[in-house]
Amino acid sequence: MRVLYTLWLRQLKRYFRSKSRMIGSLGQPLLFLVGLGFGFGPIYQKAGGGDYLAFLAPGVISMGILFTAIFSGIEVIWDRQFGFLKETLVAPVSRFSIMLGRTLGGATVATIQGIIVFLMTLVVGFRPVSLLMLPVALVIMFIIALLFTALGTGLASMLEDMQGFQLIMNFLVMPTFFLSGALFPLDNLPGPISFIAKIDPLAYGVDALRSTLIGTSHFGLGTDFLVLSLFTLFFLALGSKLFSRIQI
Amino acid sequence: MIQAKDLVKDFNGFVAVNHISFEVKSGEIFAFLGPNGAGKTTTIKMLTTLLNPTSGSLELNGINPAENKDEARKSFGIVFQDPSLDDELTAYENMEIHGALYGVPVEMLSARIEELLKFVELWDRKDDFVKKFSGGMKRRLEIARGLTHHPKVLFLDEPTIGLDPQTRNHIWSYIQDLNKKEGMTVFFTTHYMEEADRVAHRIAVIDRGNIIAKGTPEELKVKTNTKNLEDAFLALTGKTIRDEEVGGQDRMREMRKMWKR
Repeated sequence: MRVLYTLWLRQLKRYFRSKSRMIGSLGQPLLFLVGLGFGFGPIYQKAGGGDYLAFLAPGVISMGILFTAIFSGIEVIWDRQFGFLKETLVAPVSRFSIMLGRTLGGATVATIQGIIVFLMTLVVGFRPVSLLMLPVALVIMFIIALLFTALGTGLASMLEDMQGFQLIMNFLVMPTFFLSGALFPLDNLPGPISFIAKIDPLAYGVDALRSTLIGTSHFGLGTDFLVLSLFTLFFLALGSKLFSRIQI
Repeated sequence: MIQAKDLVKDFNGFVAVNHISFEVKSGEIFAFLGPNGAGKTTTIKMLTTLLNPTSGSLELNGINPAENKDEARKSFGIVFQDPSLDDELTAYENMEIHGALYGVPVEMLSARIEELLKFVELWDRKDDFVKKFSGGMKRRLEIARGLTHHPKVLFLDEPTIGLDPQTRNHIWSYIQDLNKKEGMTVFFTTHYMEEADRVAHRIAVIDRGNIIAKGTPEELKVKTNTKNLEDAFLALTGKTIRDEEVGGQDRMREMRKMWKR
């Protein structure tokens, strides 16, 4: 417990101390919200979709969480370079608890980031349908954060330096985001896109957030919750396996 | 306490450690000497579970560190050759994390941290971020951190590099004291030969992955017919200057410097 807490706290301290990282990572969601939300709003309305900003808000919150979570996971590479990773790897605690501690820390950071993006959506005019569902939304945000931090940690465990990072961003993180239905409804999509969305874990996250924040859902909240949890457990297991195999 | 038999580490065709065998007895201070790139750090990494050996057998406190990693980690402490501090945290926080990782009892930890930070004269800087520290200060902090818990075996990979003679003496007398009082086994590498001469009970010299000499400092001097250990070392390893292979990690460190400014 003490080890988990210590490593969790470390991630939080690092986050709150780097103000530039905090503010920098808010620029992108804001741009999506304003640029896409207000830009596509009128067309979306004309097509009969309703309020695009409300539709987009859960997607952009998910985006904020996704990026922060992956980055938190990828921090393993930085720690490897700065040398701190070695300090944890030779410690007399199981590598699973080290991985879990830092992943929980990273997931907490990503959830906080998600909350900040949520507050931003309120500023530009988004209003959730039900206040009662907000705690549920918070739980879902944390699960999304945990899922992708674990994935980031697993990926980072296999990489020696940041060379492979672009590859991960362009071929994994970006598609995960763009094909998750964060920006468009998943109904009536062409077959292949619809298939990808079905195996994209973020699609279930976005859907669950939409279900709790604006009351519409594609898969249904129960399915979302189940699929998200299974993905999270899988990536936690995979991440800790890869992490425990690190050699320096 | 430490035993290596026929140990080999082969990095895709580059043999860093080539069939070496040695033994370190319990309570001994053992120096592992060699030019740059000789295989010292690789050997330490294998002993401390960070690398798996290609072949050969290892034993540390009766445990095989290649197979029983978690158990092996309970018996040693290590001060690394390259930095392993968290720059974004303060000196005190770095010490605290170490204490938690090594299960130093909470009620004991703050007293221990204070004692050690005072010992390396960093107590008045305890709340400063490590990124503001000079190289020597970071080194002192790493050593203090490595001594927070008292392991059965302490590995020191070039611990005193970049420290002035005062600090080196200071730190070695502390370690020798621990060695006497608690019977802690010490396994260290260094490029300062007079340091090895003064503190080591026994020495092994490694070059290009092979152990080329073993014995007490006196035995090595007699064997090579030289007056001091530095001459003995040069007689054993020759006078050519070695280059170390630059890996991805070093390149990354350069990049990091670029990013910082």
